[in-house]
Amino acid sequence: MLKKIQKLGQIGLDFCHRVGVSGIFLLQTIFRRPRLIRFTPLVMEQIYNVGVLSLAVIVLSGLFIGMVLGLQGFTILQKFSAESQLGQLVALSIVRELGPVITALLFAGRAGSALTAEIGLMQATEQIASMEMMAVDPLWRVIAPRFWAGMISMPVLTVIFSAVAIFGGYAVGVGWLGVDAGQFWSNLQASVDFRLDIVNGIIKSVVFGFICTWIAIYQGYHTVPTAEGIGRATTKTVVYSSLATLCLDFVLTAMMLGGW
Amino acid sequence: MFNKRILEIVVGLFMLAGLGALFVLAFKMSSLSQYSGAETYQVTAFFDDIGDLKVRAPVTISGVRVGEVADIILDPKVMRAKVVLLIDKKEDILPADTSAKILTAGLIGANYISLIPGYDNEIMKDGSVITETQPAIILENLIGQLMYQLKDKKEKK
Repeated sequence: MLKKIQKLGQIGLDFCHRVGVSGIFLLQTIFRRPRLIRFTPLVMEQIYNVGVLSLAVIVLSGLFIGMVLGLQGFTILQKFSAESQLGQLVALSIVRELGPVITALLFAGRAGSALTAEIGLMQATEQIASMEMMAVDPLWRVIAPRFWAGMISMPVLTVIFSAVAIFGGYAVGVGWLGVDAGQFWSNLQASVDFRLDIVNGIIKSVVFGFICTWIAIYQGYHTVPTAEGIGRATTKTVVYSSLATLCLDFVLTAMMLGGW
Repeated sequence: MFNKRILEIVVGLFMLAGLGALFVLAFKMSSLSQYSGAETYQVTAFFDDIGDLKVRAPVTISGVRVGEVADIILDPKVMRAKVVLLIDKKEDILPADTSAKILTAGLIGANYISLIPGYDNEIMKDGSVITETQPAIILENLIGQLMYQLKDKKEKK
């Protein structure tokens, strides 16, 4: 009995320890001495890896999600003969919710896992240790550029996703199902507010970008340096990122709807 | 690793695509661009009851949108709702005796303000006040009145 309680305590302490370590790690990453001239090309390269290479996935899934929303929304709205509200339905659900959340989930799967695997492999092959030997700061050279690249890429990807998805909904609703184009746009414009809907969606995506990249680089940097360890770290990245995204989404939505 | 220049160009294009998408979202999909800043002038109107009127509700003349509601407050002196309207500079031909009423779009739609131009030779300027207003029609009040009338009729018989 006592042993079980002891084990529980151990798990709790372990958890606190890990949270603390990751927090300190994050602070160290953010507050590196900024040497901008040499830092920008490094971030550029990572934005290419993290953002540009994710673009195809984001655009394609955005298009299809918009299209399926258009189709589903139309069949439901038709029951109330309110097809003209399709634009509003598609735009609000995408800009407020689906855009940031699905982009974050795809980002965790596409870019987060790649970040973890890359850093994990560097750790396993002792590249990071040898950088320290050469007096090159690995946090500055390897981790910080990836962190900032993730933070920058996520809102950009989200905005692109939202725009593409709304056009997907437009294509199905207007092009295929015969909703009036003028009604589609005018209802959409009347209901979408820049501050309340679009800016809040972007705020969400910034938070998700922060969390997903943080988890990815932390898991990579603190991986068990074996083949199995890297595999496990990659899985953890995707699972934790997705869970964190969904939970935080609820919290953020509650705060935003609560007039915060 | 491949050419650095190409990489930078691609990243630049990526950021541009993001900015472009934000632009589309901001100007094509939300009503941000209209009625702000120097292109409008302010007119105030007092209402007995504004119903469900909200800030940013449209202001129309015979159905054409000419402005929007900028602010709604309760005036402490006269205890009536004070509604500030922003009207497009292009419509600076409104006669000074223009009246305003609050209407509902469709049966369950949102409230908006309709202006009915008068016949005065003077025109409205920035800061003018619309004196003649008609409050929003509240469905519950209407039903209440109707019920009383029906009751009265029954008693008369």
